[in-house]
Amino acid sequence: MTTTDIETTTHDLSVTHRAASETHLDAVGISAWFSGTRVLEDVSLSVPPATVTALIGPSGCGKSTFLRILNRMHESIPGAQMAGEVRLNGDDIYAPGVRVTTVRKRIGMVFQKPNPFPAMSIGDNVTAGLALTRTKVSRSQRAELIETSLTRAGLWREVKDRLDQPGSALSGGQQQRLCIARALAVQPDVLLMDEPCSALDPTSTRRIEETIHELRSEVTIVIVTHNMQQAVRVSQQAAFFLAEEGQPGGIVEQGSTDDVFHRPQDPRTAKYVHGDFG
Amino acid sequence: MVSSPVQPRKIRSLTSDDWVSLVGAVIASFALVDLIYLHILNTSGALGFVVCWFASFMLLFAAVLSFVNPRHVIVDRLVTAALYVAALIVLGALASTVIYTFAQGWRALVHLNFYTHDMSGVSPTAPLNQGGILHAIVGTVIEVGIAIAIAVPVGVATAVYMSEVGGRFARWVRTVVEAMTALPEILAGLFVYVILIVYVGLPKTGFAVSVAMAVTMVPIIARAGEVALRVVPSGLREASSALGATHWSTVRKVVLPSAKAGLATATILAVARGIGETAVALITSGASSFMTINPIKNPMNSLPLFIFTADQTHEPLAIVRAFGAASVLLAMVLVLFILTRWLSRDKGARR
Repeated sequence: MTTTDIETTTHDLSVTHRAASETHLDAVGISAWFSGTRVLEDVSLSVPPATVTALIGPSGCGKSTFLRILNRMHESIPGAQMAGEVRLNGDDIYAPGVRVTTVRKRIGMVFQKPNPFPAMSIGDNVTAGLALTRTKVSRSQRAELIETSLTRAGLWREVKDRLDQPGSALSGGQQQRLCIARALAVQPDVLLMDEPCSALDPTSTRRIEETIHELRSEVTIVIVTHNMQQAVRVSQQAAFFLAEEGQPGGIVEQGSTDDVFHRPQDPRTAKYVHGDFG
Repeated sequence: MVSSPVQPRKIRSLTSDDWVSLVGAVIASFALVDLIYLHILNTSGALGFVVCWFASFMLLFAAVLSFVNPRHVIVDRLVTAALYVAALIVLGALASTVIYTFAQGWRALVHLNFYTHDMSGVSPTAPLNQGGILHAIVGTVIEVGIAIAIAVPVGVATAVYMSEVGGRFARWVRTVVEAMTALPEILAGLFVYVILIVYVGLPKTGFAVSVAMAVTMVPIIARAGEVALRVVPSGLREASSALGATHWSTVRKVVLPSAKAGLATATILAVARGIGETAVALITSGASSFMTINPIKNPMNSLPLFIFTADQTHEPLAIVRAFGAASVLLAMVLVLFILTRWLSRDKGARR
């Protein structure tokens, strides 16, 4: 492995060229509508640097919508509207003049269903973000980026000998880690994950949780999950979303994962984390 | 140690009993229809014979099966048999067309000069070792080439507009495209004749044929191309824009490459229509017996036009040449089909 980062003394897996994340992400007073129906009401959440924040709650409570508002994917759905501010290090990403492509480069996203590009090889999938944003890199930089990103996503050892094979030939768990590597290759400050393990088996899930664990120091992560144990395992901060019948969703309780799961203040949170509904 | 080899169970394969009842039913129904249709009723006609044969086969086959099989097996076998017969009819129609064409044109196809000479100064009644269809082959290649160069970019752009941009105006475009797919080719020919030859004042040339061909090809590419683009999973578009890609980058680098095979099929469909267009060539160029390389000067012959004009002479040898030209046309379509499939193949297996 070649690296220009001479100060790196840690083991191979965390070799990067980045300092620990210093990115603050603050959502202030977020509301959302689909075709005029309000689905989120006045949600505020602060994501501190170098942490994993878990968004939990039953289906249809607006967690995914909230997540998609954080990198402006929400507005790509016809009829979708939002209100409020999302501040990346203090700057509103919805301010006029801010390019949506710049926002999405800095705040990456991993989806529920693994979606590697079928017409690209494994290596090309990793660097797809560069090709798609017309970022020119030299051949050696590209090779290095592929290796670093795949290493950070925990996939390098499995695919290093077949980088020119199609990404669709991988297993579901490997495909999802390939998607994580693809998102990491554009060097985002924040990584949003929308139920990244819900389509995967327990072994792949554990690999991805390990990956999240290793990434935490470099990238701020927000993850939506339906798996309570997973939220406990990977996150430091948690927010419990709930939508009462016919009402828009909102955050019932947020705080450290330990508090939300073991000392919940709200009875509804207590019921949910103990598996009584949802 | 003695190991007992475990044989896989045969669950869905046919037993010898099944084969005997199938073959028996085929032979018995043939004999039965032969007897009744030809000897007792004393009628004739191949079509009626085949229809009666099929009907009595189904009845006999059902009767034989009903001795040992439950109802659902009988239904299953009968439907399977009917579907096989349907597939055989389609294959038979295709094969007989191709074989008949090659058989009729064979006497012309064996002469090398058929491929290397044109018909300038050769009378339609001349023996087959004189003259050839090189001018028509070259004309078809040039005309279809130009038509592809016009129709593929326009057609794919229309498909991208309808699928990736959308909106109210896209619905209008789709309606127009769908109406244009049903456009008779002679109208496309007249349209180009009026615009390019009457108004603009261009001579009747191969280029005019290409434009008219493109008019009929664009809607086919646009419509089949739109379907190909729509089946690209929306997750790929989302993944691409989540990486910071613009709409255009997403279309160009993710959507179009993912739909490559479908777009190739759309192009084949369009070329298959364009390459056989006769009325268009007749109106906008007219046949020539000599070689024309320049598509914007002089009439240019093409294979379908050659077939049409040769057939019009009613000379036996000209008709043999027409069948020879038709065989070449079929071969060209086949080569094009294989080439497009090969170019658009997916590298590596798809799950």
